Amino acid sequence: MTTTIPITPPTGSRVRLDRRYLPVVGTFVVLALMLIIGGTRYENFLTPAVISNLFINNAHLIVLAVGMTFVILTGGIDLSVGAVLALSAVVCAALFQAGWPAAVVIPVAVLAGTVIGLAHGVMIHVFGVQPFVATLAGMFFARGLCFLIAPESIAINEGSFVALAGWSAPLGGFRVTSSVLIALAIVAVGFVSLHYTRFGRTVYAIGGGEQSALLMGLPVARTKVLAYVVSGTCAGLGGLLFAMFSRSGYALTGVAMELDAIAAVVIGGTLLTGGTGFVLGSVLGVLVLGLIQTIITFEGTLSSWWTRIVIGILLLVFVVLQRVLTYRRT
Amino acid sequence: MSKLLRHHLFWPLTALVVLLAANALARPGFLSIGLRDGHLVGAPVEILRTSAPLLLIALGMTLVIATRGIDLSVGAVVAVSGAVALSHIASSPDPTSPTTAFTAVGIALALCLVLGVWNGFLVSVLGIQPIIATLILMTAGRGVAMLITGGMITTVTSPPYKSLGSGFTLGLPTAAVIAFGVFALVALVVRRTALGMLLEATGINPAASRLSGVRSRTLTWTVYAASGLFAGVAGVLISADTMAADANNAGLFIELDAILAVVIGGTALSGGKFNLSGTLVGVLVIATLERTVTVLGISPLVTPLFMALVVIAVTLLQSPAMRARLTAATRRRPPAPPADGAAPALQADAPTETEVKA
Repeated sequence: MTTTIPITPPTGSRVRLDRRYLPVVGTFVVLALMLIIGGTRYENFLTPAVISNLFINNAHLIVLAVGMTFVILTGGIDLSVGAVLALSAVVCAALFQAGWPAAVVIPVAVLAGTVIGLAHGVMIHVFGVQPFVATLAGMFFARGLCFLIAPESIAINEGSFVALAGWSAPLGGFRVTSSVLIALAIVAVGFVSLHYTRFGRTVYAIGGGEQSALLMGLPVARTKVLAYVVSGTCAGLGGLLFAMFSRSGYALTGVAMELDAIAAVVIGGTLLTGGTGFVLGSVLGVLVLGLIQTIITFEGTLSSWWTRIVIGILLLVFVVLQRVLTYRRT
Repeated sequence: MSKLLRHHLFWPLTALVVLLAANALARPGFLSIGLRDGHLVGAPVEILRTSAPLLLIALGMTLVIATRGIDLSVGAVVAVSGAVALSHIASSPDPTSPTTAFTAVGIALALCLVLGVWNGFLVSVLGIQPIIATLILMTAGRGVAMLITGGMITTVTSPPYKSLGSGFTLGLPTAAVIAFGVFALVALVVRRTALGMLLEATGINPAASRLSGVRSRTLTWTVYAASGLFAGVAGVLISADTMAADANNAGLFIELDAILAVVIGGTALSGGKFNLSGTLVGVLVIATLERTVTVLGISPLVTPLFMALVVIAVTLLQSPAMRARLTAATRRRPPAPPADGAAPALQADAPTETEVKA
C-alpha cells in the first residue's frame, strides 16, 4: 500500500469509490443488513434501548479495537489486550479495596496497561523479538499478575467510582453512559491521531514498508514502540471500563477477548499485513460482533456457541473478500 | 566457549537443566525412575506422558512455521477431535469394544485431517495470511465442537480408548510412545530426505523456491494438513486421558504453548530454518515447567506469570540483538558453522535474513 493517502492515482471516473474504502463499506453494508434483518424478524429490535445497549455492552471492546488497529497497522499484533484488560480491572478493584481514592486508582490502573505496552515495544523493537511472541509472553505475564494480586473476584463499592460508573444521560431516546462517552472519546482521539498527525502517517508508513519508512528518515523506532504503548494504554482503559461495567475486578475476565478485538479489526477492513485500515472500520467491526450476539439472544432458540461459528463464517467472508480486492489491485 | 554459547540448543537446554536441577533440589527423589507392575514410573516418565499432546502439536507447528506460516487453530481441532471420538463411542451400541474405539479414533483423525486440509486450502490456494486463515477455524472450531457434544461434557467408559491416554506399552506410557514415535518418524522423513530442505526453501523465499521448481503450494498445503492431523492425534490422547470431551477447555491455549515451544527451541517465526530437536527441547522445557510449579509449591494460578518470566528470559537471550552483543563480548568472527549438516547453504543464509528484518 501507499504510504501517504492522496498519492493514489484515481482509477476510472471520479464518482467511483476509492478501493481502500471498499472493505469498510462492506462492513457497513453487513451492519445495515443485520439491523434490517433483525428489525423485520423481531418486534423490539430496532429500538433505542437495543442500540444503546449495543454500545454500553461493547464500550470496552471498542477501546481495545482502537488500540489494536494502531498495532496491526504497523504490521504487528497484540495478543495481550485481554489479559491486560483483566489486570487493569483487578488493579482497580484491589486498590479500591485497600482504600485508595479514585483520583489515584484510575490513573494507576490505566498506567499498568501503558507500562506493559512499553515493555512490549522495547522487546519488539530493541531486542527484535517477534510481536507475536513478545505480546504472548506479555499475555501470560499480565494474567499471572492478576492471580497474584487477587485470585477471587473483588467487588467495587467505592462511592465516587460507583457514581461515575452509574452515570447515564438520555439522548433523544437513547441512553448514554460514562463508559460509552469515554469509548467514543477514545475513538475520536484515535481517528484524529491516525489521520491528522505525523505519528499517524508514520504508523501507516511503517505498515506499508518498514525499510522504506526508515530510508525516508521517519522515526520508525519511536513510532513502533508508541503503537504498542497506545495499544497497552487502550487495554488499560478498557479494563477500567470493564470494571465500571461489572463493578468488580476478576482475574479471569477477558479470556480470548484479544481474538474478538482482532476479529473486529479484520472485519472492519484492516489488513493484518499492515498499512491499510481505519479506526472507524474497527468500530463498525465491534458493532457487527455485538449485533451477532444481540441477534442470537433475540432468537432465543439458538445456543450461545452459534455466536462463535457465525463470527468464524463472517471472518472467512471478509478475508476472502479482502483477498479478492487486493488481488485485483495488484 | 563462544561456539557453545552460540549453539542453537544452548539456552533451551540450559533452561531445561536448570528446571530439572531446581526440582531435584526441592524434592530429592525427583529424578529417580522406578519399576512398578512391569512399567516405568516416576516424575520424568510422567513429564514424558503429559508432554505427548504438546509434542505432537509442536511438531506440526514447527513444519508450518518453517513455511512462514502459523496454525492458531490446533487448540480448536483438539476440541473437535475429542468431541467426535467420544460422541461416536457414546452413541455406539457397544462402547467398551476395541472396534468402537478404533473407529472412533479413525473418524476423529479423518475429520481433523479435513480441517487441516481446509486451513491449507485457505493459505496455499486462496493466499490468505496464515494467521488470519487459521484464526477463522480457531474461532469457529470450538463452536463446532460444542455443536457435536450438544454443549455438554461427554463422558464415556471405554477401556481400550482409555488405554491410549493412561496405558503403558513396552513399559512406557502409550501416549508418550505414540507422540515420540510420530515425532521420530517425521524427523526421519524430513531430515533424511530433501523434504526438510524444500520446506526451508519455501519459508525463506516462496517465490524463488517456486521458480526453482519447488512445489511450494503443495508443500504448504501438506504441512497444514499434517498439523491438523497431529492436532487430531493430540486431541484423542487428551480426551483418552480424561475420558471426557470438554469442548470449551480441551486444548485451550495449547496453540500458544506449542508456538512457545517452537520459539524456545530456536525456530524463528519468520520462517525458513527450523530445527525439530529444538522443538523437542522446548516441549520438554514447558512440560517440566508445569511440573516444577507443582513441585515447588507455587500456586497453579501463578503458573502463567512463572512461564512468562522463563519465556521472556529465553527469547531475550536468543534475540538477534543479544546474540550480537554476546558475540561481540567473546570477540570472535560472527559466521558460525552450521550445527547439524542437514542444509548448510540455507542455514548459512538464514542469519542474514533475520538481520535484514531486525
